[in-house]
Amino acid sequence: MKQFFVSVAKWSWFGLLMLIAFGYMASGLSDPSDDRRGEVEAASDVRLDGSPPSVVRESTDLEPTDVELALRETSGQAESIDRVVAAVNAARNEQLAAFGLQSAPPADWMASCRRLSLALIGSGVSLQEIRGLENLPVDRRESTHLSNLLRDPRFHDYWAERWTRFIVGADEGPFIVYRRRRFRHWLSDELAANRPYDQIVGDLITAEGLWTDRPEVNFLTVTFDSNDGNPDPIRLAARTSRAFLGLRIDCLQCHNDFLGNVNLGDPVETREGRQQDFHQLAAFYSSAKTNGLQGVRTGEADYEYQYLDASETVEVAPAVPYAAELLPEEGDARSRLATWVTHRDNRQFSRAAVARFWALMFGRSATEAVDNLPLDEPLPPMLEPIVDDFVQHRDVRRTIRIIAQCDAFRVDSRATFDVTPQHEERYAVFPLTRLRAEQVAGSIVQASKIKAINRDSSLLVQLIRYGSINDFLERFGDLGENEFSKDGITIPQRLLMINGNMLREAGQPNPILNATGHINLFARDDAQAIETIYLCLLNRYPSTDERDYFINKMAERSDRAEALEDLYWTLANSTEFTWNH
Amino acid sequence: MSHHDLLCDPHVHLSRRTLLGAGAGGAMLSTIAHQLAWADAVGATESSRPKNVILLWLEGGPSQLETFDPHPGSAIGGEVKAIPTSVPGLQIADTLPRVAEKMHLGSLIRSVTSKEGDHQRAIYNIKSGYRPDPTLVHPSIGSILCHEFPEQLDIPRHISILPQNAPARGGYLGPVYDAFKIGDPQNPVPDLKSPIAADRFDRRMKDLQWLEDRFRRQRLRDLDQNRTLHQSSTDAALRMMSSEQVSAFDVSSESKQTLERFGQTPFGRGCLAATRLIGAGVRCVEVTLGGWDSHITNHSLQSARCEILDAALAALLDRLVEQDLLETTLVVCGGEFGRTPQINPAEGRDHWPHGFSTFLAGCGIRKGGLYGATAADPKLDPDKPLADVASPITIGDLHATILSTLGVPYHEERQTPIGRPLKISEGEPVGAVLA
Repeated sequence: MKQFFVSVAKWSWFGLLMLIAFGYMASGLSDPSDDRRGEVEAASDVRLDGSPPSVVRESTDLEPTDVELALRETSGQAESIDRVVAAVNAARNEQLAAFGLQSAPPADWMASCRRLSLALIGSGVSLQEIRGLENLPVDRRESTHLSNLLRDPRFHDYWAERWTRFIVGADEGPFIVYRRRRFRHWLSDELAANRPYDQIVGDLITAEGLWTDRPEVNFLTVTFDSNDGNPDPIRLAARTSRAFLGLRIDCLQCHNDFLGNVNLGDPVETREGRQQDFHQLAAFYSSAKTNGLQGVRTGEADYEYQYLDASETVEVAPAVPYAAELLPEEGDARSRLATWVTHRDNRQFSRAAVARFWALMFGRSATEAVDNLPLDEPLPPMLEPIVDDFVQHRDVRRTIRIIAQCDAFRVDSRATFDVTPQHEERYAVFPLTRLRAEQVAGSIVQASKIKAINRDSSLLVQLIRYGSINDFLERFGDLGENEFSKDGITIPQRLLMINGNMLREAGQPNPILNATGHINLFARDDAQAIETIYLCLLNRYPSTDERDYFINKMAERSDRAEALEDLYWTLANSTEFTWNH
Repeated sequence: MSHHDLLCDPHVHLSRRTLLGAGAGGAMLSTIAHQLAWADAVGATESSRPKNVILLWLEGGPSQLETFDPHPGSAIGGEVKAIPTSVPGLQIADTLPRVAEKMHLGSLIRSVTSKEGDHQRAIYNIKSGYRPDPTLVHPSIGSILCHEFPEQLDIPRHISILPQNAPARGGYLGPVYDAFKIGDPQNPVPDLKSPIAADRFDRRMKDLQWLEDRFRRQRLRDLDQNRTLHQSSTDAALRMMSSEQVSAFDVSSESKQTLERFGQTPFGRGCLAATRLIGAGVRCVEVTLGGWDSHITNHSLQSARCEILDAALAALLDRLVEQDLLETTLVVCGGEFGRTPQINPAEGRDHWPHGFSTFLAGCGIRKGGLYGATAADPKLDPDKPLADVASPITIGDLHATILSTLGVPYHEERQTPIGRPLKISEGEPVGAVLA
């Protein structure tokens, strides 16, 4: 009997422990009722009228769908966007007049669509998409392509990756406690739902819970490795100021600004940045505490620091480096910070967002650096109307539409006048921009297929794309967070393009896998074969002399398949293919 | 937060003077270090010949106790034994018998310390001399060397053999200074040989040239030079493809005896290729040997890695001496951090940045030198990790030492793309290991 009671007591004790452990862990998980992701459609679920968004449908389907039209009407977007675009164009014209610069004519629709695809999905336009758009009136092709792309999971995934880079970096980060891919998928879902940018940023700053359960927490856990398994206020302050506010205040971590590089305080009448500015901002993040299996929880801000030339450590209260009147007095530290960062009157937040999106669209920053927008320095005039609009709407897709429709984005990259660097700087011509490594890789793989490669493509095609791009990036090199580098191509990169496996395999005339094989089989003559390969790679028709030149070249060859493979290689190795123009 | 590790906080980053002061407190544990610090043999460097560097990166964290800093018979010593070396009074682990015979060619530092205990961050730190900084990427040693001493060569002047997770990068100097990456030298150099016949290749290049000429029309003047570098990089790539200097990558022409001397391993062949490349005019070659992360069964893992290192490093030094290259070529051998004095329950050792070893030889490094020491009976006070290290030096100091021997003005500032002037190295050379 005694043994029985002992056994019951042991099992009861064990059960109680299990219950406590479960309760402890469960309390760290997100509450399904307030899980914002529940409101967000998964990226893969975003479909209008049941068809794959990235696939160009028959001409009638390319009409804006009822849902889209309803959305537009509800928000009255189209009309107000036109007003903003007009203001941006007026600013550009004023600027060109002031500098005595002539504008190049508008680019043709194919060049504009290629720019859109490169910016939004990281590859060129597929032949399938081009053929679909050609069925529409010319004046509707660009807008339709833009609409298609904005609801395409490829856009959500690609921008999620680009955002991930500037929000948490390109490195693998700490083992186990940081899940970069999870974070990227979360961003993709947020983009798919077109969640307002300020809400996304707010979620990041106030993130709580487990990094697996609440992916936004990875914004904090990526810094665990430099702060003994806790969120690192120093790195988070630096990241917040650069990514969300476009301010480089990193120097203030160690000392006051003595070079006049960092001006803070009142945005109108700034003062020199102080070391306190940085650490007071960091102090907000000291309220983020690691609490074992519950992940990151919110506690009291308890930041201490020993300033330069000070003899002892002092407590540092959270404070913001400018516009202190916007900081709420109530609430926990990170919630107050999130409110301040995303406050409508904190124009710097909108300036940073618009400068970032502009750079993502053009492949280069409108300012010297995309994350260095001093409080007391104006943005280029063209960006100001977009910032005004962003302050009101916080709508990522709307901002993209505005940028995509403005003259600066749609102007030709070549002109009959003598093009100077100033013409590019002032957007009198579209500035030539080198494609990022993943854009080159994505474009090569896409150009090797007739159909658009997306989530609906066969598993084999998706695997080939994934493997090829990864191999290519490993050899080509990844710019990491240095998103808008102006460097030219290096010798190893040229060697990879000239002799590398990826281009060789993509250009082989394989009738099952590759476009060159299809074209060789089905093109009725050399002219059509050349034209189709031009469309696949350069997203344009060959000019008359180009067509004649390559027809003559092919006539000299006995093996048309080999000649087409060589044409594929030649076009892929051209500046036109590897640069945005 | 009471005392945070910062990127450049002068209160946390102890100055070298402070570190030396701290080290003086532990002088009793470094008698041998002080005896050997001023070795008798002095190296000499010829100033007229260009200086080069071969970096042997032992990625994963080699154990100082199982390589260059054994403490046999002590509580932390493990199974390792110490053996004498060619430097009187200096002993290293019995896992490196051939290297022991070459210790007179260089200096051993046993007191390298850092603040990074995570692989990724520590590798960045050891390769660039700076701790990771979200604002910019710092250039690696080879990139700095090539940037400071520009010259024309058909093949890249900065090469990484068997790169693992973090091949050397040009950082803020630009990707043009990134290391050219190759694998096991017994395989062809990637992307160097055209996969098609020569006449077909020529036709392709001719067509490409025709297209490029057309693309330049109505665009920026001098498009290639002012922006794309497409033509110049193509020309350079073609030059490299046809250059005789490319044969320096190919170790197959070496005798079987030579290959066996280096050890028939990828790392051994990498070291052999490094000597050939330096002979051909390459400025910096890094060769990586991974697999040192011995959280379990430390001794057997470290011993297996040492077997590879031993043959390759000893043969590398021999070869450089034979070819009269050691006087102008610095050899650096070390990892991103060391391993804990304590042996964990899985018979492994964990990450330990508080006192680990780096071996330097050639190019103005004192011959037969020893600097610093770690305690055989460490107190392991978590608040005073440097108390167990005599004459500790920082990663910055190690970098300044390396750069100064290579003739790089390590103390000068360079403008970074973010408009912030930055010193090439934030440390000071360790005079005791310089000739």
